[in-house]
Formats: sequence, C-alpha cells, structure tokens
Amino acid sequence: MGEVIVITSGKGGVGKTTTTANLGTGLASLGYKVVLIDTDIGLRNLDVVMGLENRIVYDIVDVTSGKVTASKALIKDKRFPDGRLSLLPAAQTKDKTAVNPTQMVKLCEELKQEYDFVLIDCPAGIEQGFKNAVAGAEKAIVVTTPEVSAIRDADRIVGLLEASDLKNPRLIINRLRPTMVRQGDMMSIEDMVDILAIDVIGVVPEDDTIVISTNKGEPAILDPKSRAGQAYRNITQRITGHDVPLMNLDEPQGLVDKLRKIFGKG
Amino acid sequence: MAMIDFINRVFGKETGSKSIAKERLRLVLVHDRCNISPEILDDLKEDLIRVISKYLEIDVRSLDVSFSQEDQAMALVANIPVIGVKRQNQT
Repeated sequence: MGEVIVITSGKGGVGKTTTTANLGTGLASLGYKVVLIDTDIGLRNLDVVMGLENRIVYDIVDVTSGKVTASKALIKDKRFPDGRLSLLPAAQTKDKTAVNPTQMVKLCEELKQEYDFVLIDCPAGIEQGFKNAVAGAEKAIVVTTPEVSAIRDADRIVGLLEASDLKNPRLIINRLRPTMVRQGDMMSIEDMVDILAIDVIGVVPEDDTIVISTNKGEPAILDPKSRAGQAYRNITQRITGHDVPLMNLDEPQGLVDKLRKIFGKG
Repeated sequence: MAMIDFINRVFGKETGSKSIAKERLRLVLVHDRCNISPEILDDLKEDLIRVISKYLEIDVRSLDVSFSQEDQAMALVANIPVIGVKRQNQT
C-alpha cells in the first residue's frame, strides 16, 4: 500500500511543480513505483517540467469522470523501466470544478494500491483546486521561499492542512541564497522554522541548473552535478526514512566572504 | 550600497533587510492567525475601557491593546495606565 503526499504552498511560483517533478523522479531512481498527479486544472505544467507534454492523450478529468481508466490515462516516463514513473496530467481546457474531493479520494485510493508513492502537485490558492489536491492525501509537504509573501501564505496553508486532518506537514525551503542569508538580507532556515513552527524536510539552494533542466524537460535531480538536484536527492532519502543531514549550502566564495573570514565574522 | 553599509557588512554587523522582513511577517501573521480585523480590535478596546472604567480611573489616551506572540502562544497585551482607584470600590 502506497503513500499519498500532496505538495502545496499557497502562493504561486515558489516551486511546487519543480519539487513534485524532482521528488517523483528521485523516488523512481531509488526504485520505487511512483505516480505524479497534476491537479492544476486549466494551468497544467507538470507535463512540461517532466518533458512529457507531447505524449498526453487523456487527462485527470477523463479519469475522474469515468471516461477512461486511470491506467489508460497514465503517461509512462521512458527514462525509467517498466512504467515505474507515471504522470496523470491535468486537464487544460476545463476548470477546477471539473473534479471534486470525493473523486480525488477514490482516485488516490485506487492508485496507492499499485504505486509506492502518489505525489500530488497542488495548484496555488486555497479554493477548490486546493481542496481537491488535499482530499486524498495522507501527508503534506509545504514549499516556501524565503520571502514575506510566500511564508505568510505557507502559514495559512499549514493552518488549512491541519484543519483538513493533515497533521505534521513538512517544510521545503526553496531558492535559498546562502550569501544573502550571511549578509543579513534573507531570512535563514532557523528564522523560517521559528515562524512556521513545522519540521523541515529539506532546503534547496537557488540554482541556475533548475532553469536549464526545466528548459530541457529533464528534472535536475537526474543531473549529478546540480546542487538543487543534490538537495532533492537528500529529500527523497528523508521521505524514504533515511536520516541524512542538510547539505552544506555554502556557495563558492567571493572576495567579500574571504575578507569576512579573515576578520573572523564568517 | 553606501560605504558605511558596505563596511558594516564586511565586518558582519546586522544591517540587512532580514530583520525588517521578520518583524513585518511577525505582525502580519499575528493578525492572520487570530483572524481579527482592526475594527473588531477597536470594539474590543472600547469594551475594555467601559468595563475597567467602572472600577478604575484610567488614562484612555495612552491605553494600548494589541496582540503579541511568544513562541507558539498568542497573547492579548493591554497596557492600561491607571490614574486612580475609585473610592466606592475600596473596602
């Protein structure tokens, strides 16, 4: 019996879809059977981040409305053998009311019989799309960036998750810039944990390789040199129960950092 | 960046914008979390003044009522300067 995890954030553009694509790909690399569900109906994106956009025939609404079976609609990622990683894309021409929470619960129940992990990419916002995405989930990952607006929304989401019986959500801090944190111009991991009061499951540094991998449709976790990829690999380890420490986030040092070290304030 | 800021930064003094972000976030979350609008807070203040004035003479103008957050807990903090105690309540 698999585990259903929703990836959510409240605010848009903080990296939910990138996170879902990378964690799903990473879990499949570890040998698990994984299915990704894009619940952002009308604004589907997980397919392009995964590089699977040209293979879509059916979507989530076709499945929840009973037009086709889930197994027929799933797109198998050919980077992995025997359909170990699959995607159920969102519908692009309908809106969020085309699916309801009861249908989502049923869909998740069905998929977790066959898959080890069901990852749900939640849309931004707190309306119907959010309610659909969390309905069938057993665990939640909240993605935020070190900004006032994103953290405020994450706080609201944590409250709503707890109200929908998704206790103990885990936090991913995305796009952290260690140099700015050191300069006192960006909130640190500790600052954000203090404020949100939930456990951190990973910290992903700002990394240009994410842009490049998204351009290509190949999740950065497949790139052994990507620092964000390394952060995502660590998170997949933690999801599967391994206790790995947070990676060293320090960037290659510039002159100012070196000077600061000399004066002992590093 | 002004020279003095630059020098402060090199020597690791906290002049960054993060403390501003934290303080703004703290305040906005206090209000988000207790879901109380400024109007309701004003009503609460009026009611408090009415009740307390029955027993004490207070300085209404420098009265301050606000929410504050310590660790996980939320507190309603009222700072009410007392000018005097009304005689009929003394026993």
